[in-house]
Amino acid sequence: MGQVTDTLPRSREARRSPGPWRTAAGDLLRNRAALAAAVVLLVVVVASLCAPLYAAHIAHTDPFQSHVSGTTVVDGKTVPVLTPSSTGLGLGVTPIGPTWDPAHYFLGADNQGRDVMARLLYGGRTSLFIGFTAALISCALGTVVGVVAGYAGGAVDAVISRVLDVIWAFPVYLLAICLSVVLLTNGLRLGPLTVDAGSLWLPVAIIAAIYVPYIARPLRGQVLVLRNKEFIQAAIGSGAPVPRILRREVLPNVLPTALVFVPLMTALAMLTESALSFLSVGVQPPDASWGTIIEDGLGLLYTRPTVTIAPGLLIALTTAALNVLGDGVRDALDPGARLRGGV
Amino acid sequence: MSRSTRRGALAAATVALTLTVAACSSSGDDSSAGPTTSSSGTGSAAFQPQHKGGTLKLVAHAAAGSLDPQVNYTLQYWQLYQSMYDGLLSFKKVGGQESFTVVPDLATAMPKVTNSGRTYTFTLRKGITFSNGKALTTDDVVASFERIFKVSSPTAGTFYNGIVGADACLKKPASCTLPKGVIGDAKTDTVTVNLTAADPEFPYKLAVPHASILPKDSPTKDAGTKPLPTTGAYMAASYDPNRALKLVRNPHFKEWSRQAEPEGYPDEIDYTFGQTVESEVTAVQNGQADWMFDPPPADRLNEIGTKYASQAHVNPLTAFWYATLNVNMAPFNNKLARQAINYAVDRAAVVRLYGGTNLASPACTILPPGFPGHVDSCDYTKGGGKTWSAADLAKAKELVKKSGTAGQEVGIVVQDDDVNKSIGQYLQSLLTQLGYKATLKPLSANIQFTYIQNTKNKVQLALTSWYQDYPAASDFLNVLLSCASYHPGSDSSINISGFCDKGIDTKMQTALKSAQTDEASANKQWSAIDQDVMAESPVVPLINPKLIDFTSKRVGNYQFSKQFYMLVGQLWVK
Repeated sequence: MGQVTDTLPRSREARRSPGPWRTAAGDLLRNRAALAAAVVLLVVVVASLCAPLYAAHIAHTDPFQSHVSGTTVVDGKTVPVLTPSSTGLGLGVTPIGPTWDPAHYFLGADNQGRDVMARLLYGGRTSLFIGFTAALISCALGTVVGVVAGYAGGAVDAVISRVLDVIWAFPVYLLAICLSVVLLTNGLRLGPLTVDAGSLWLPVAIIAAIYVPYIARPLRGQVLVLRNKEFIQAAIGSGAPVPRILRREVLPNVLPTALVFVPLMTALAMLTESALSFLSVGVQPPDASWGTIIEDGLGLLYTRPTVTIAPGLLIALTTAALNVLGDGVRDALDPGARLRGGV
Repeated sequence: MSRSTRRGALAAATVALTLTVAACSSSGDDSSAGPTTSSSGTGSAAFQPQHKGGTLKLVAHAAAGSLDPQVNYTLQYWQLYQSMYDGLLSFKKVGGQESFTVVPDLATAMPKVTNSGRTYTFTLRKGITFSNGKALTTDDVVASFERIFKVSSPTAGTFYNGIVGADACLKKPASCTLPKGVIGDAKTDTVTVNLTAADPEFPYKLAVPHASILPKDSPTKDAGTKPLPTTGAYMAASYDPNRALKLVRNPHFKEWSRQAEPEGYPDEIDYTFGQTVESEVTAVQNGQADWMFDPPPADRLNEIGTKYASQAHVNPLTAFWYATLNVNMAPFNNKLARQAINYAVDRAAVVRLYGGTNLASPACTILPPGFPGHVDSCDYTKGGGKTWSAADLAKAKELVKKSGTAGQEVGIVVQDDDVNKSIGQYLQSLLTQLGYKATLKPLSANIQFTYIQNTKNKVQLALTSWYQDYPAASDFLNVLLSCASYHPGSDSSINISGFCDKGIDTKMQTALKSAQTDEASANKQWSAIDQDVMAESPVVPLINPKLIDFTSKRVGNYQFSKQFYMLVGQLWVK
């Protein structure tokens, strides 16, 4: 009996145990702030994915084509998209402002006569794509580099760490601008890998590269600690091959940390992309990103501030949502971190 | 679009003029030289002493580098030099078309030209003193001409290389002497300049700041931020390119020619650097500054044109903005493809992007309106006509189809400022519509102009502009589109399209020769050449720009010289 009563509860408990990932997911779903952030992100992502539908079927416009001499309809009247001043000396040309009519320049036009709303949605696709892809690549590379350096130690660690130090030594934006200026002129050619100067993969590669140390260094530290843990020593003692130790023992322990970085790095990468594009060394015209739209609007700040404010608000909203979500993921995957006050 | 860089750009660009000068043959005419006469024109208005005094406050985003008049090649400082430095000749200091007239300045009269147009003899005015108190002598004139080469003036090899002995000076600038080229006679106060060949444009070249006369003991290297003594109404009291330039009255100045060097009105001219263009506008609006150098930003134009209309002065410039089409590379090695672009470009759209119809007008010729040799003519407008009326996209698409170039890649290189970039974006969009795969490469203004000149960079289409050095048709057509101005592999190949048509080149040489004896006939030839070039379509003229001078409420007596723009010293603030 004793055996039976002893066994049953244990097996029931084993069935009920959800496992660390499910526990984390549950924690995340119970975090209202993170959930709200996820909803905001979902709306932004879905709206951005719908950009072609909006442009083709609602706004009936090509957001990548100039409409400098174009016209539109406002309150039943045909008006030029770019209106030359007719008062005083007649200096300057002002793009149409927000009409709040989705079919006719909902948020107005930029200085090329392009629909700002349509470009915002397309810009969202670009910014999210670059931010997310760069973050993923950066986290993946950073994880590999951090794990290898931390586990191998010795000369390998010294070399990798110094390389990371060198990258770290440069201010992030300065390094990104330098790389962009060089690569935007001739594109990237690394052996069989060729990326054209105007390709979106160029800012992805640049941003991913500059943030690798930000992932690799903390993970290396974590692996250094793990390496001395009993279960790793046991695996080494049992003669397990290094790749297997890394895959089976080390990686699962650093993966939650790496995952915590993903939303945070996405926000950081989006901000970097916006800054680079604003400085004309990121996404190249006629492609749109939120950064390029802000730059387009800079010359219209006094007359059509919407062109700048709208993408600015979206950047702020999206990065804030990513940060809140990132915090939620961190709390879910590493509850202890909340108590320690950081990742 | 920085006006300070334009002249800098020209420095690298006037190589072709070397050959222009060399190509000029002697006319055998011993009459007074010059494309213009000093006696013509209305002359400057009389000085009004009640407006004398006060401090004129100017602002600019940045300084324009060296203050040395024989080195600096920017409109920003050339404008100031009009009230500071003098040459033997100068452009008349008046507004309007008369400002293109060359008048005697430090010389008593226009030169006597002999030896089939190769010898110019000047008589120096007496009683002129530099701002350091030393009297002007013929030795100063000789030393100044030698100094042009010693300091490697940007135009030494292009404007002044026709002086006898210039070849040796260009090879060894430090030891430059011109014993047979520029001869001073202190007894008779005469200076004789000998040229290797007649040059009908030489008086113009003597009237630009690089030919300023400086004291003979001036340093034989770029004076940089150290002001050199002046002969004009003002002298520089201090100069810090990061902060300010202060001009004060030259205590030794006495007006000798109101046309050449008029007495200035303000006692002091303070030029402050380092503000943003937006704050420059606000400063002028608030009366904290009297004039801003930089063009007002697009989003302030309407405000300036309405609320401050009486303070805005809009003037057409003898300049044009254009797109260069590389005739030696696909797809624009195909004439039909080039013509297609000329038909397709909506000049009205470019005018809008520049700031509207009151700031620019559509261009269809290389020579700007009001310029010698300009005749209204437009091969590339919908429905035909003498001036541009509308783009013909259908015809352009048909030509692209005929040329078989659709689908090819075209790189567009522009400067990265707002206006240039927006026109570049428009061109990119247009080329995409025509079926090309267009990419846009915005480059910093500091490098774009040299980048697009070098054939090694394989630039297919570039957006650029050209502002006259002096009023002669050759300054556009011969400089920009002659075979001599095409230098493959060089950063100084101002014929950016790489256009070299032997037949048209011969016509240019004939026109240059004609200019020595019959300017009217030469100008007719230049207008025909303009049309011949446009038929080949190596460039796409886009707009003829205008300039806004935004002045404070208290500023009066605004005058616009077509040659050197607003006459700073003639403004009054009292």
